Parts: sequence; structure tokens; C-alpha cells
Amino acid sequence: MSRTTAAARPGRPVGARRSPMAAPRSFVWSRRIFLTLLTGFVLLPVYVMLSSSLKPLEDVSGEFRWLPSGLTIRPYIDIWSTVPLAKYFVNSLIVAGAATVLSVVIAIFAAYGVSRYRFRGKRLFTVTVLSTQMFPGILFLLPLFLIYVNIGNATGIALFGSRIGLILTYLTFSLPFSIWMLIGYFESVPRDLDEAAMVDGNGPLGALFRVVVPAAVPGIVAVAVYAFMTAWGEVLFASVMTNDTTRTLAVGLQGYATQNDVYWNQVMAASLVVSVPVVAGFLLLQRYLVAGLTAGAVK
Amino acid sequence: MTVTAEPAVGKEAPPGATGPAPRRRTGRVRRIALPYLLLLPALLLELLVHLVPMVIGIVMSFKELTQFYIRDWGAAPWAGFDNYSLSVDFDAPIGKALLHSFFVTCAFTVLSVGLCWLLGTTAAVYMQENFRGRGFLRAVFLVPYALPVYAAVITWAFMFQRDNGLVNHVLHDQLGLTDSPSFWLIGDNSFVALLVVSVWKGWPFAFLIVMAGLQNIPKELYEAASIDGAGMLQQLRRITLPSLRPVNQVLVLVLFLWTFNDFNTPYVLFGKAAPEAADLISIHIYQSSFVTWNFGTGSAMSVLLLLFLLVVTGVYLVLTSRGRRAADV
Repeated sequence: MSRTTAAARPGRPVGARRSPMAAPRSFVWSRRIFLTLLTGFVLLPVYVMLSSSLKPLEDVSGEFRWLPSGLTIRPYIDIWSTVPLAKYFVNSLIVAGAATVLSVVIAIFAAYGVSRYRFRGKRLFTVTVLSTQMFPGILFLLPLFLIYVNIGNATGIALFGSRIGLILTYLTFSLPFSIWMLIGYFESVPRDLDEAAMVDGNGPLGALFRVVVPAAVPGIVAVAVYAFMTAWGEVLFASVMTNDTTRTLAVGLQGYATQNDVYWNQVMAASLVVSVPVVAGFLLLQRYLVAGLTAGAVK
Repeated sequence: MTVTAEPAVGKEAPPGATGPAPRRRTGRVRRIALPYLLLLPALLLELLVHLVPMVIGIVMSFKELTQFYIRDWGAAPWAGFDNYSLSVDFDAPIGKALLHSFFVTCAFTVLSVGLCWLLGTTAAVYMQENFRGRGFLRAVFLVPYALPVYAAVITWAFMFQRDNGLVNHVLHDQLGLTDSPSFWLIGDNSFVALLVVSVWKGWPFAFLIVMAGLQNIPKELYEAASIDGAGMLQQLRRITLPSLRPVNQVLVLVLFLWTFNDFNTPYVLFGKAAPEAADLISIHIYQSSFVTWNFGTGSAMSVLLLLFLLVVTGVYLVLTSRGRRAADV
């Protein structure tokens, strides 16, 4: 940021300004200081993650150093053999991907039903969906654990420890949120549009997929990003409901940190590697997520 | 669009206008059933992942459900209200620990939500006006929100290490503020460590929501105010904050519920057993259930937690909606 921002700011479109008055100098300075400190706070762990992941082991085991004594990419090679990271990666992809697709598809139908039709029990349904959002995950963990174990004992279907079991449990977070957000989004699509489509010979489902869904793409993308992020980052259910073959990254990564020798450079490298897909996806789709999230929450 | 003679499916027909032709009747049946069909998958899943577990959770809280009965929980003997009285007997160790954990969680939640709100609102207000680098900063500020919880929290755990962490390096080695390197992940400091991580992770959400709320404030309000001679602070107090009220009501409630129920942060930071100073309620219940294998008491604690959250949320909603109505008058 240069000093000229405090002055008249030549060349800046007037429309982008909040008020016709130029901001006072003291305001600009307090803003600079505050935002700089905040940026430092936000990026500090990112810097630690990145710099430590490129350090040799003796650098991360001793006193902290701001700069590495020597750069190495060894940690990025070793992470795959210290812990079966690739396997966890695949598990996380399958579980988070399936949970996302399921919750988005199911939420599309449910939100369409709620936003376009009047029916008995509509209020009960929306209130139930909304209120399940506030329940602590721990409340569902114990019963689901028992249900899965007992279903397994009774029928031999191993839900406990399986990917399907985990996918179903992840719907506890993403489905209510997805339904809630998509109702708001579908309601903002003018009803005349899908009614016109129905008059033109489409059924209700035709109208949904030809008119409402395309018009609500930003909301659907936002819901999908959110569902994927929560599933990718979830720890509680993953640590109880997985076994050696179905373990996800959330649990697998703790494997580095609890061993007798903590390879902090590898922990940091692995953290960075598992973060890249979601952060990249998030920054790409940020516009949609922000729009969707705020449309749902601010309304 | 032309009006056709054929009755359009989905259009409201005036009741009793014409005799019910068979065609129309099937159309009507379909129309009544359709919303339920659309909801059916969601209903089934909600039943499976929410309603049935909740009912079972409540039943479990009345049973003596120890490790001997996990394979066949129906056979566990009834305990009546024993689990509840055990949980709220604040003179005995279990109740005392639960009460302690409850107070820790309350203090932690109030501080974390307050700081998240403050940081998020301040940043959003500062960034309301356009300046160079605004878009870049906005993306940077969303990074804590986008990073997977465990990756971010593991990094913080590394930074809080006593011997090779950044925090002690800065506080002790570089600034000389402490006599000896401190422990951050055990003992009383763990509360501070947890709070820092929680705020770091939570404030961008407040920032996002407040930013969106600010966009809905008409620019003319500020223009009129500045013509009337209102300074920036006055504009903030008279326009910005009152306009944000409805947004803040939702935001604070959501932040409260998330923070109060947060499991991921303390679990990754401290492991299965949190230090006493940072023993959040969800970790406490997890520990009571899965470490000591007493699911009955754990369920009773969960139900108590749920009742508490319901009451708080209800009171909050009543209070804020009354406040809003009063403000409208």
C-alpha cells in the first residue's frame, strides 16, 4: 500500500467509494495497522507450515528458526512412506465426494418441494431440519455408533468402520445446511419461470432441472463446496468410525504427531499437501460460496 | 405462453369449478403426493441420521450402558434417572468435573465469540470502502476458513510446542518476556492456546457475514449523513451498527452454537483428554463415553447439553426478536 491511498486517489471510480468524503488520514493509518497485524496473525501458521515443511529434521526438532538452515524437499517424499498417506487421501476423497454428491442431490429435491409446494407438515419439516443444525455432533455420535454396531451384529452389514457408514454420518452436518440454504436460493428464483416451463409442456421435474437448477447454480456450488469442506475436515466421527483400511486424512495425519519421534517437517508437509485441494477449490469457487453463504445467512 | 384448453398440471384450479374429470383427479393426486415424494429421500435420511439416533440417545441415557452391553444395548438394565443424578451430583467427582467443564466451555465460548465478532466486524468495516489490495486481503482472510481444521490445528500445536515451537521462541528467546519456556498445551496456559486457535479459525466467518451485511446498507444513507456533517465514528454508530443488527443476531447465534459444540479444535490440539483448564464439554462427554466406556452417563450428559442449548437458543430468539420489534416501533 502506498502513501497515495490517503490522498485523493486519482483514477479510482467514484462509484466504488462508500461516501463522497475522503477518508481522514487517521482512519487510513489505523486501517493499515489493523489490517497488517491481522494479516500477520492469519498467515503466521501458513508460514510455519510452509517453511517447516522444507526444513531438515534437525531444524524442526531443535529451537524454532524463522529461516531454514538448508532447504530440502525430503519431507514431501517421506510423508508417503511414514504413514500410508495416499490411502487416507483416497478414503477422504471417496467419503467427502460421496457425502457431497448425496447431500446436494437430496437437498435439491427437498428444497424444491419446500419452496414450490404447500403441503401438510411443511413447517414441521423445515423447523426440524433447521433445529438439527444446532445439535452437537457428540449427541449423534454415541447412538450412531451403537446403531452401526448392532446393525452389523444383526445383519452382518458392516456399517461401523466402513466408508458407507461414514458417508451417512457426514450427512448429519451437510444435509440440513444444504436444504436450508437451497430453500432460500430456490425461493429467489421467480416462480413464473418454472410455471412457464410447465405450461410449455415440462413436468415439475423438467421445470426443476431445466429452469430452477440452472438459475440456482451459484447456490448449488456453494452448498457443494461447504459439504465437501466439512466432510474433508471432520475429525470426531472419523476418529471413532473408521478402521485401518477406511481411515481418513483427519485421523491419519494425527498418526505423525503421536508417534514417539515426531517428524514435524513431515507433519507440516502432509498438512500442506492435504490442504492444497480444498484451499485451491475454495479460492476458485470462493465467489459462489461467499454469495451463497451470505444469501442464506443474511436473509 | 398461450392459454391452452388442457388443464395444466401444477396450476391451481378453482375448487368446484368443474366436475372432477378422471384426468384431473390423477393430476390432483399427483400434485398432493409430489411434494412428499420430493422430500422422501431427505426424510428417510433425516430419520436415519437425526431422529432415530436422537430417540435412541434419549433411551440410552436411561440405561446402564457400560462396555458389557455395547454389543447388545437392548439388554442393558434400566437405570431410571441414575445417569442424570450422577451427572448433576456436583459434590461427587463425575458431577463436579462436568460442572467444571461446563463453566470452562461457557467462558471459552463467550470470549471466543466476542473476539471473533470483534475482529470480523472491525475488518469488514475497515474494508467496506475500496482500496488497493482489498481483494487480495479478502482472499487471505478466508484462508483459515478454507484450511482443513486438523491441518491448521496441528500447525498451531507445533507452534505451541514448548521446546521447538514458534510461540516460546518469540516470547522467551526473542522478546525475553518469560523467564523460562512455558508449557502451552498442558496446564492453565492451554485455555489461552485453545482460545487463540479458535479465534484464528472462527473470525473469518464473522468477517464474511458482516461484509455481506454491509453490502445491503444503501450508500445514500452514508451520503446523507456526511452531508449532514456526521463523522466516520458517528456514521459507524448511527448507521453501520444498527443496520447490522439482524445480521448480527444470526451470526452470534451460529458462532455460539459452533463454538460451544466444537470438538475438532480441542481434540486435535490436546488429544483424547484435554487439560483441565481447557476441558470443553464435547471433549468431556467423548471422554466420559469412549474412554471410560460409560455410554449411559455420556448420553445423559448429551441430553443435558441439548436441553441447555435449546433453552439458551429459545431465550435468545425471544429476546432478540422483542428487541427487534421494539427497534422497529
